[in-house]
Amino acid sequence: MNTSQIFTHSRLDPERAAHTGVVAAGEPWVGRIHEGQVLRIVDLEGNQAVDTLFFNAADPSERYSSTDTIRLQGSLYLTTGTVLRSNLGAPMLTIVADTCGRHDTLGGACSSESNTVRYGEHTKYMHSCRDSFLLAAATSGLPLDKRDLTSNINFFMNVPVTPQGALSFEDGLSAGGKYVELRAQMDVICLVSNCPQLNNPCNAYNPTPIRWLVWNAEPENPSRGS
Amino acid sequence: MSATEISNDRELFTETVPGGAMWSHVLRRHQSLRLTDLTGGANVAMLLYNRDLPLERYNMPDTLKAQHTAFLTAGCVLYSDMGRILCSVTHDSCGWHDTFCGLGDAALAQSKYGTQRYQEHRNEFVRNTRDELLIELSKWGLGLRDLVPNLNLFSKVSPDESGQLRFVSGHSNAGACVELRAEMNVLVVLSTCPHPLDPAPRYAPKPVQLRVYRSAPPAADDPCRTSRPENARGFQNTERMFLA
Repeated sequence: MNTSQIFTHSRLDPERAAHTGVVAAGEPWVGRIHEGQVLRIVDLEGNQAVDTLFFNAADPSERYSSTDTIRLQGSLYLTTGTVLRSNLGAPMLTIVADTCGRHDTLGGACSSESNTVRYGEHTKYMHSCRDSFLLAAATSGLPLDKRDLTSNINFFMNVPVTPQGALSFEDGLSAGGKYVELRAQMDVICLVSNCPQLNNPCNAYNPTPIRWLVWNAEPENPSRGS
Repeated sequence: MSATEISNDRELFTETVPGGAMWSHVLRRHQSLRLTDLTGGANVAMLLYNRDLPLERYNMPDTLKAQHTAFLTAGCVLYSDMGRILCSVTHDSCGWHDTFCGLGDAALAQSKYGTQRYQEHRNEFVRNTRDELLIELSKWGLGLRDLVPNLNLFSKVSPDESGQLRFVSGHSNAGACVELRAEMNVLVVLSTCPHPLDPAPRYAPKPVQLRVYRSAPPAADDPCRTSRPENARGFQNTERMFLA
Protein backbone atom coordinates (compact mmCIF):
# COMPACT_ATOMS: atom_id res chain seq x y z
CA MET A 1 0.00 0.00 0.00
CA ASN A 2 1.31 3.50 -0.71
CA THR A 3 -0.07 6.91 0.14
CA SER A 4 -2.56 6.92 -2.73
CA GLN A 5 -5.65 4.83 -2.10
CA ILE A 6 -6.22 1.79 -4.26
CA PHE A 7 -9.78 1.24 -5.44
CA THR A 8 -11.04 -2.24 -6.24
CA HIS A 9 -14.43 -2.80 -7.81
CA SER A 10 -16.75 -5.78 -7.44
CA ARG A 11 -18.32 -7.80 -10.23
CA LEU A 12 -21.29 -8.79 -8.08
CA ASP A 13 -24.68 -7.72 -9.43
CA PRO A 14 -26.92 -5.93 -6.88
CA GLU A 15 -29.93 -7.43 -8.68
CA ARG A 16 -28.73 -10.88 -7.65
CA ALA A 17 -28.18 -10.12 -3.95
CA ALA A 18 -30.00 -12.56 -1.64
CA HIS A 19 -30.87 -9.86 0.91
CA THR A 20 -30.66 -6.10 1.08
CA GLY A 21 -31.86 -3.23 3.23
CA VAL A 22 -31.35 0.40 4.14
CA VAL A 23 -30.26 1.61 7.59
CA ALA A 24 -31.41 5.15 8.35
CA ALA A 25 -29.00 7.65 9.87
CA GLY A 26 -28.57 7.07 13.60
CA GLU A 27 -30.03 3.56 13.60
CA PRO A 28 -28.44 0.16 14.30
CA TRP A 29 -28.59 -3.02 12.22
CA VAL A 30 -27.91 -6.61 13.27
CA GLY A 31 -27.32 -9.18 10.52
CA ARG A 32 -26.07 -12.73 10.20
CA ILE A 33 -23.54 -13.47 7.45
CA HIS A 34 -22.73 -17.09 6.72
CA GLU A 35 -19.29 -18.37 5.76
CA GLY A 36 -18.76 -17.74 2.05
CA GLN A 37 -21.40 -15.03 1.80
CA VAL A 38 -20.41 -11.54 0.74
CA LEU A 39 -21.56 -8.41 2.57
CA ARG A 40 -21.49 -5.02 0.85
CA ILE A 41 -22.03 -1.74 2.70
CA VAL A 42 -22.84 1.25 0.49
CA ASP A 43 -22.32 4.86 1.59
CA LEU A 44 -25.44 6.13 -0.21
CA GLU A 45 -24.90 9.87 0.07
CA GLY A 46 -21.24 10.15 1.06
CA ASN A 47 -18.98 10.68 4.11
CA GLN A 48 -21.07 8.52 6.43
CA ALA A 49 -19.22 6.66 9.19
CA VAL A 50 -20.51 3.11 9.66
CA ASP A 51 -19.44 1.78 13.07
CA THR A 52 -19.22 -2.00 12.77
CA LEU A 53 -18.49 -4.98 15.02
CA PHE A 54 -18.38 -8.67 14.10
CA PHE A 55 -18.91 -11.67 16.37
CA ASN A 56 -18.46 -15.39 15.79
CA ALA A 57 -22.10 -16.55 15.47
CA ALA A 58 -21.28 -19.81 17.26
CA ASP A 59 -19.64 -18.11 20.26
CA PRO A 60 -19.78 -14.30 20.46
CA SER A 61 -16.94 -14.16 23.02
CA GLU A 62 -14.84 -14.50 19.86
CA ARG A 63 -15.15 -11.10 18.19
CA TYR A 64 -13.50 -8.62 15.88
CA SER A 65 -10.21 -7.29 17.26
CA SER A 66 -8.76 -4.05 15.91
CA THR A 67 -5.36 -4.67 17.47
CA ASP A 68 -5.02 -8.25 16.17
CA THR A 69 -6.05 -7.01 12.72
CA ILE A 70 -3.48 -4.19 12.85
CA ARG A 71 -0.58 -6.27 14.19
CA LEU A 72 -1.11 -9.17 11.81
CA GLN A 73 -1.18 -6.92 8.72
CA GLY A 74 1.49 -4.54 10.10
CA SER A 75 -0.56 -1.56 8.99
CA LEU A 76 -3.11 0.84 10.52
CA TYR A 77 -5.75 1.21 7.82
CA LEU A 78 -8.24 -1.24 6.36
CA THR A 79 -8.70 -1.75 2.61
CA THR A 80 -8.88 -4.51 -0.02
CA GLY A 81 -6.89 -7.51 1.15
CA THR A 82 -7.25 -6.70 4.84
CA VAL A 83 -8.16 -9.79 6.84
CA LEU A 84 -10.38 -8.87 9.79
CA ARG A 85 -9.05 -10.87 12.74
CA SER A 86 -10.79 -12.06 15.86
CA ASN A 87 -9.51 -11.68 19.42
CA LEU A 88 -8.23 -15.25 18.99
CA GLY A 89 -6.29 -14.26 15.86
CA ALA A 90 -8.64 -16.14 13.50
CA PRO A 91 -9.68 -14.71 10.11
CA MET A 92 -13.33 -13.61 10.31
CA LEU A 93 -13.84 -11.77 7.02
CA THR A 94 -11.66 -10.43 4.20
CA ILE A 95 -12.20 -7.13 2.41
CA VAL A 96 -12.57 -8.15 -1.26
CA ALA A 97 -13.64 -4.86 -2.84
CA ASP A 98 -13.35 -1.23 -1.78
CA THR A 99 -14.12 1.88 -3.80
CA CYS A 100 -13.32 4.22 -0.89
CA GLY A 101 -9.71 3.11 -0.35
CA ARG A 102 -9.22 3.46 3.39
CA HIS A 103 -11.23 2.70 6.50
CA ASP A 104 -10.49 3.40 10.16
CA THR A 105 -10.22 1.05 13.12
CA LEU A 106 -8.64 3.35 15.74
CA GLY A 107 -11.43 5.89 16.25
CA GLY A 108 -13.90 3.65 18.06
CA ALA A 109 -17.54 4.55 18.59
CA CYS A 110 -18.97 7.78 19.92
CA SER A 111 -20.78 7.66 23.26
CA SER A 112 -22.68 10.08 25.44
CA GLU A 113 -19.90 9.88 28.03
CA SER A 114 -16.98 10.45 25.66
CA ASN A 115 -18.90 13.26 23.97
CA THR A 116 -18.94 15.15 27.29
CA VAL A 117 -15.14 14.87 27.41
CA ARG A 118 -14.54 15.74 23.77
CA TYR A 119 -17.16 18.43 23.21
CA GLY A 120 -18.56 19.47 26.60
CA GLU A 121 -21.48 18.79 28.89
CA HIS A 122 -24.00 20.21 26.39
CA THR A 123 -23.48 17.16 24.11
CA LYS A 124 -24.34 14.62 26.83
CA TYR A 125 -27.92 14.04 25.68
CA MET A 126 -27.18 13.72 21.97
CA HIS A 127 -27.67 10.35 20.26
CA SER A 128 -24.54 8.20 19.95
CA CYS A 129 -23.24 4.97 18.43
CA ARG A 130 -22.80 3.25 21.76
CA ASP A 131 -26.45 3.82 22.62
CA SER A 132 -27.37 2.21 19.29
CA PHE A 133 -25.00 -0.70 19.96
CA LEU A 134 -26.38 -1.21 23.49
CA LEU A 135 -30.02 -1.16 22.39
CA ALA A 136 -29.36 -3.48 19.45
CA ALA A 137 -27.44 -5.88 21.71
CA ALA A 138 -30.13 -5.80 24.40
CA THR A 139 -32.97 -6.52 21.94
CA SER A 140 -31.16 -8.89 19.57
CA GLY A 141 -31.91 -12.08 21.49
CA LEU A 142 -28.17 -12.75 21.30
CA PRO A 143 -25.89 -13.08 24.33
CA LEU A 144 -24.40 -9.62 23.79
CA ASP A 145 -24.07 -6.68 26.18
CA LYS A 146 -21.66 -3.88 27.06
CA ARG A 147 -18.83 -6.33 27.87
CA ASP A 148 -18.89 -7.41 24.23
CA LEU A 149 -18.47 -3.90 22.82
CA THR A 150 -14.85 -3.41 21.87
CA SER A 151 -12.86 -1.27 19.43
CA ASN A 152 -14.83 -1.30 16.20
CA ILE A 153 -14.33 -0.59 12.52
CA ASN A 154 -15.43 2.75 11.11
CA PHE A 155 -16.13 2.12 7.46
CA PHE A 156 -15.74 5.24 5.27
CA MET A 157 -14.14 7.20 8.14
CA ASN A 158 -10.78 8.93 7.78
CA VAL A 159 -8.59 9.04 10.91
CA PRO A 160 -5.02 9.64 9.74
CA VAL A 161 -2.08 9.12 12.09
CA THR A 162 1.15 10.98 11.30
CA PRO A 163 4.61 9.41 11.74
CA GLN A 164 4.94 11.78 14.75
CA GLY A 165 1.87 10.15 16.31
CA ALA A 166 -0.75 12.89 15.85
CA LEU A 167 -4.25 11.57 15.32
CA SER A 168 -7.19 13.51 13.91
CA PHE A 169 -10.68 13.06 12.53
CA GLU A 170 -10.60 14.41 8.99
CA ASP A 171 -13.11 14.95 6.24
CA GLY A 172 -14.05 11.62 4.72
CA LEU A 173 -12.47 10.19 1.58
CA SER A 174 -15.82 8.72 0.75
CA ALA A 175 -18.58 9.93 -1.57
CA GLY A 176 -22.10 8.93 -2.53
CA GLY A 177 -22.22 5.37 -3.91
CA LYS A 178 -18.82 4.26 -2.59
CA TYR A 179 -18.83 0.81 -1.06
CA VAL A 180 -16.80 -1.82 0.77
CA GLU A 181 -17.32 -5.55 0.35
CA LEU A 182 -16.32 -8.39 2.67
CA ARG A 183 -16.36 -12.16 2.30
CA ALA A 184 -17.07 -14.07 5.51
CA GLN A 185 -14.64 -16.81 6.54
CA MET A 186 -16.82 -17.97 9.41
CA ASP A 187 -20.49 -17.52 10.32
CA VAL A 188 -20.63 -14.05 11.85
CA ILE A 189 -23.07 -11.65 13.45
CA CYS A 190 -22.63 -8.12 12.15
CA LEU A 191 -23.57 -5.25 14.47
CA VAL A 192 -23.73 -1.83 12.81
CA SER A 193 -24.40 1.65 14.14
CA ASN A 194 -25.03 4.13 11.36
CA CYS A 195 -23.25 6.94 13.18
CA PRO A 196 -25.29 9.93 14.45
CA GLN A 197 -22.26 12.07 15.48
CA LEU A 198 -22.82 15.79 14.74
CA ASN A 199 -19.80 17.23 16.54
CA ASN A 200 -16.98 16.38 14.12
CA PRO A 201 -16.55 15.94 10.35
CA CYS A 202 -16.85 12.12 10.41
CA ASN A 203 -20.34 12.37 8.86
CA ALA A 204 -19.79 15.74 7.17
CA TYR A 205 -22.09 17.11 9.94
CA ASN A 206 -25.01 15.47 8.15
CA PRO A 207 -25.63 11.78 8.96
CA THR A 208 -27.23 9.93 6.02
CA PRO A 209 -28.55 6.41 5.26
CA ILE A 210 -26.54 3.40 4.13
CA ARG A 211 -27.50 0.26 2.22
CA TRP A 212 -26.36 -3.30 2.95
CA LEU A 213 -26.47 -6.23 0.53
CA VAL A 214 -25.66 -9.90 1.07
CA TRP A 215 -24.84 -12.33 -1.75
CA ASN A 216 -24.85 -16.08 -1.29
CA ALA A 217 -21.63 -17.99 -1.87
CA GLU A 218 -21.24 -18.82 -5.55
CA PRO A 219 -19.49 -22.18 -5.81
CA GLU A 220 -19.04 -21.87 -9.60
CA ASN A 221 -17.19 -18.56 -9.14
CA PRO A 222 -15.59 -18.63 -5.72
CA SER A 223 -13.02 -15.80 -6.38
CA ARG A 224 -11.59 -16.29 -2.91
CA GLY A 225 -10.07 -13.32 -1.15
CA SER A 226 -6.41 -13.52 -0.25
CA MET B 1 13.79 14.81 33.11
CA SER B 2 14.27 12.75 36.25
CA ALA B 3 11.49 11.34 38.36
CA THR B 4 10.97 12.89 41.76
CA GLU B 5 12.27 11.10 44.84
CA ILE B 6 9.70 8.90 46.57
CA SER B 7 10.00 9.59 50.30
CA ASN B 8 9.93 6.68 52.75
CA ASP B 9 6.67 7.77 54.31
CA ARG B 10 4.93 7.63 50.92
CA GLU B 11 6.37 4.36 49.63
CA LEU B 12 4.03 1.38 50.02
CA PHE B 13 6.05 -1.41 48.37
CA THR B 14 8.52 -2.25 45.63
CA GLU B 15 8.55 -5.39 43.54
CA THR B 16 10.58 -6.55 40.57
CA VAL B 17 8.58 -8.47 37.98
CA PRO B 18 10.83 -10.69 35.86
CA GLY B 19 10.55 -10.72 32.07
CA GLY B 20 7.73 -12.87 30.69
CA ALA B 21 5.69 -12.67 33.91
CA MET B 22 2.25 -11.36 34.88
CA TRP B 23 1.04 -9.19 37.74
CA SER B 24 -2.09 -7.51 39.01
CA HIS B 25 -2.90 -5.14 41.83
CA VAL B 26 -5.55 -2.66 42.92
CA LEU B 27 -4.24 0.90 43.04
CA ARG B 28 -6.37 2.94 45.40
CA ARG B 29 -7.38 6.39 44.22
CA HIS B 30 -4.39 8.77 44.30
CA GLN B 31 -1.86 6.00 44.72
CA SER B 32 0.82 5.90 42.03
CA LEU B 33 2.69 3.17 40.22
CA ARG B 34 6.21 3.87 38.98
CA LEU B 35 7.41 1.35 36.38
CA THR B 36 11.14 1.24 35.60
CA ASP B 37 12.73 -0.62 32.69
CA LEU B 38 15.72 -2.10 34.54
CA THR B 39 17.79 -3.33 31.58
CA GLY B 40 16.38 -1.50 28.54
CA GLY B 41 14.10 -2.98 25.89
CA ALA B 42 11.25 -3.89 28.27
CA ASN B 43 7.59 -4.11 27.27
CA VAL B 44 4.64 -3.95 29.65
CA ALA B 45 1.27 -4.90 28.20
CA MET B 46 -1.28 -3.29 30.51
CA LEU B 47 -5.04 -3.14 31.02
CA LEU B 48 -6.95 -1.01 33.55
CA TYR B 49 -10.42 -1.51 35.08
CA ASN B 50 -12.57 0.42 37.53
CA ARG B 51 -12.09 -1.81 40.56
CA ASP B 52 -15.53 -0.89 41.91
CA LEU B 53 -17.29 -1.97 38.68
CA PRO B 54 -14.90 -3.64 36.20
CA LEU B 55 -17.43 -3.28 33.36
CA GLU B 56 -15.86 0.19 33.14
CA ARG B 57 -12.45 -0.31 31.56
CA TYR B 58 -9.62 1.30 29.63
CA ASN B 59 -10.77 2.41 26.20
CA MET B 60 -8.08 2.91 23.60
CA PRO B 61 -10.14 4.87 21.04
CA ASP B 62 -11.61 7.23 23.63
CA THR B 63 -8.12 7.83 25.06
CA LEU B 64 -6.65 8.60 21.65
CA LYS B 65 -9.42 10.77 20.19
CA ALA B 66 -9.92 12.88 23.33
CA GLN B 67 -6.23 13.83 23.21
CA HIS B 68 -5.67 13.75 19.42
CA THR B 69 -2.74 11.41 19.83
CA ALA B 70 -1.87 7.86 18.80
CA PHE B 71 0.68 7.37 21.62
CA LEU B 72 0.97 8.19 25.32
CA THR B 73 3.44 10.22 27.33
CA ALA B 74 3.52 12.58 30.35
CA GLY B 75 0.51 14.90 30.53
CA CYS B 76 -1.78 12.31 28.93
CA VAL B 77 -4.53 10.50 30.80
CA LEU B 78 -6.00 7.04 30.27
CA TYR B 79 -9.74 7.16 29.69
CA SER B 80 -12.32 4.54 30.54
CA ASP B 81 -15.28 3.85 28.26
CA MET B 82 -17.42 6.02 30.57
CA GLY B 83 -15.77 9.40 29.96
CA ARG B 84 -13.74 9.12 33.16
CA ILE B 85 -10.03 8.95 33.89
CA LEU B 86 -8.56 5.72 35.23
CA CYS B 87 -4.96 6.96 35.50
CA SER B 88 -2.88 10.02 34.67
CA VAL B 89 0.61 9.74 33.18
CA THR B 90 2.41 11.97 35.68
CA HIS B 91 5.98 11.28 34.56
CA ASP B 92 7.63 9.69 31.54
CA SER B 93 11.26 9.55 30.44
CA CYS B 94 10.44 7.44 27.35
CA GLY B 95 8.38 9.82 25.22
CA TRP B 96 6.17 7.26 23.47
CA HIS B 97 4.16 4.29 24.71
CA ASP B 98 2.33 2.15 22.15
CA THR B 99 -1.46 2.03 22.17
CA PHE B 100 -2.57 0.22 19.02
CA CYS B 101 -0.51 -2.94 18.43
CA GLY B 102 -2.24 -5.15 20.98
CA LEU B 103 -0.66 -8.34 22.23
CA GLY B 104 1.10 -11.48 21.13
CA ASP B 105 -0.52 -14.89 21.49
CA ALA B 106 0.64 -18.53 21.55
CA ALA B 107 0.58 -18.76 17.73
CA LEU B 108 2.85 -15.73 17.40
CA ALA B 109 5.26 -17.02 20.07
CA GLN B 110 5.41 -20.41 18.36
CA SER B 111 6.14 -18.88 14.94
CA LYS B 112 8.77 -16.49 16.30
CA TYR B 113 10.51 -18.45 19.02
CA GLY B 114 9.65 -22.08 18.28
CA THR B 115 8.59 -24.59 20.88
CA GLN B 116 10.02 -23.99 24.34
CA ARG B 117 7.84 -25.88 26.79
CA TYR B 118 7.80 -25.90 30.56
CA GLN B 119 8.67 -29.62 30.58
CA GLU B 120 12.13 -28.99 29.12
CA HIS B 121 12.74 -25.38 30.17
CA ARG B 122 10.98 -25.09 33.53
CA ASN B 123 10.27 -21.43 34.31
CA GLU B 124 12.31 -20.25 31.32
CA PHE B 125 9.53 -21.53 29.03
CA VAL B 126 8.09 -19.19 26.40
CA ARG B 127 4.99 -17.38 27.57
CA ASN B 128 2.73 -14.96 25.73
CA THR B 129 0.75 -11.87 26.64
CA ARG B 130 -2.76 -13.08 25.76
CA ASP B 131 -2.48 -16.18 27.92
CA GLU B 132 -0.96 -14.20 30.79
CA LEU B 133 -3.59 -11.45 30.76
CA LEU B 134 -6.34 -14.09 30.62
CA ILE B 135 -4.85 -15.90 33.61
CA GLU B 136 -4.51 -12.70 35.60
CA LEU B 137 -7.99 -11.42 34.63
CA SER B 138 -9.49 -14.76 35.65
CA LYS B 139 -8.21 -14.24 39.19
CA TRP B 140 -10.57 -11.24 39.42
CA GLY B 141 -13.58 -12.98 37.87
CA LEU B 142 -12.88 -11.42 34.46
CA GLY B 143 -12.15 -13.19 31.18
CA LEU B 144 -11.97 -13.12 27.39
CA ARG B 145 -14.87 -10.67 27.04
CA ASP B 146 -12.97 -8.22 29.24
CA LEU B 147 -9.77 -8.42 27.22
CA VAL B 148 -9.74 -5.20 25.18
CA PRO B 149 -6.99 -3.35 23.27
CA ASN B 150 -4.11 -2.85 25.69
CA LEU B 151 -1.24 -0.44 26.27
CA ASN B 152 2.34 -1.45 25.58
CA LEU B 153 4.46 0.67 27.90
CA PHE B 154 8.12 1.27 26.88
CA SER B 155 7.44 0.28 23.24
CA LYS B 156 7.30 2.52 20.18
CA VAL B 157 5.75 1.61 16.85
CA SER B 158 5.25 4.44 14.38
CA PRO B 159 3.34 4.44 11.11
CA ASP B 160 4.53 5.90 7.81
CA GLU B 161 2.24 8.07 5.70
CA SER B 162 0.46 5.00 4.32
CA GLY B 163 -0.02 3.42 7.75
CA GLN B 164 2.72 0.76 7.49
CA LEU B 165 4.10 0.14 10.97
CA ARG B 166 7.72 0.13 12.11
CA PHE B 167 8.86 -1.17 15.51
CA VAL B 168 11.55 1.12 16.94
CA SER B 169 14.20 -1.13 18.46
CA GLY B 170 16.18 0.31 21.39
CA HIS B 171 13.46 2.86 22.19
CA SER B 172 13.55 2.31 25.95
CA ASN B 173 16.89 2.48 27.75
CA ALA B 174 17.90 1.04 31.10
CA GLY B 175 16.40 3.23 33.82
CA ALA B 176 13.54 4.54 31.67
CA CYS B 177 10.51 5.10 33.84
CA VAL B 178 6.86 6.01 33.59
CA GLU B 179 4.46 6.89 36.40
CA LEU B 180 0.72 6.37 36.56
CA ARG B 181 -1.46 8.02 39.21
CA ALA B 182 -4.81 6.35 39.85
CA GLU B 183 -7.75 8.77 39.64
CA MET B 184 -10.24 6.12 40.82
CA ASN B 185 -9.75 2.71 42.42
CA VAL B 186 -8.06 0.89 39.55
CA LEU B 187 -7.37 -2.78 38.91
CA VAL B 188 -4.06 -2.93 37.02
CA VAL B 189 -3.30 -6.11 35.06
CA LEU B 190 -0.01 -6.46 33.22
CA SER B 191 2.35 -8.83 31.42
CA THR B 192 6.06 -8.37 30.71
CA CYS B 193 6.17 -10.54 27.57
CA PRO B 194 7.77 -9.02 24.45
CA HIS B 195 5.88 -6.60 22.21
CA PRO B 196 4.12 -8.46 19.35
CA LEU B 197 6.03 -6.56 16.65
CA ASP B 198 9.45 -6.78 18.33
CA PRO B 199 11.54 -8.40 15.57
CA ALA B 200 14.17 -9.85 17.98
CA PRO B 201 14.40 -13.53 16.99
CA ARG B 202 15.24 -14.78 20.50
CA TYR B 203 12.75 -14.83 23.39
CA ALA B 204 14.40 -12.52 25.92
CA PRO B 205 11.70 -10.69 27.93
CA LYS B 206 12.99 -7.96 30.24
CA PRO B 207 12.34 -7.32 33.95
CA VAL B 208 10.49 -4.26 35.24
CA GLN B 209 10.60 -2.69 38.69
CA LEU B 210 7.26 -1.61 40.17
CA ARG B 211 7.01 0.90 43.03
CA VAL B 212 3.65 1.72 44.55
CA TYR B 213 3.37 4.87 46.64
CA ARG B 214 0.91 7.43 47.97
CA SER B 215 0.66 10.63 45.95
CA ALA B 216 -1.16 13.90 46.44
CA PRO B 217 -4.55 14.39 44.77
CA PRO B 218 -4.21 16.37 41.53
CA ALA B 219 -4.28 20.10 42.19
CA ALA B 220 -6.22 22.63 40.12
CA ASP B 221 -3.08 23.27 38.09
CA ASP B 222 -2.07 19.62 37.72
CA PRO B 223 -0.31 19.23 34.32
CA CYS B 224 -2.55 16.31 33.29
CA ARG B 225 -5.68 18.29 34.17
CA THR B 226 -4.55 21.41 32.31
CA SER B 227 -2.92 19.71 29.31
CA ARG B 228 -6.16 19.92 27.29
CA PRO B 229 -9.73 21.17 27.91
CA GLU B 230 -10.89 17.60 27.26
CA ASN B 231 -8.87 16.38 30.23
CA ALA B 232 -10.28 19.08 32.53
CA ARG B 233 -13.73 17.72 31.66
CA GLY B 234 -12.51 14.13 32.14
CA PHE B 235 -11.31 15.00 35.66
CA GLN B 236 -14.65 16.67 36.40
CA ASN B 237 -16.54 13.53 35.31
CA THR B 238 -14.25 11.38 37.47
CA GLU B 239 -14.35 13.54 40.59
CA ARG B 240 -18.14 13.62 40.43
CA MET B 241 -18.12 9.89 41.22
CA PHE B 242 -16.39 10.54 44.56
CA LEU B 243 -18.36 13.56 45.81
CA ALA B 244 -19.44 12.86 49.36
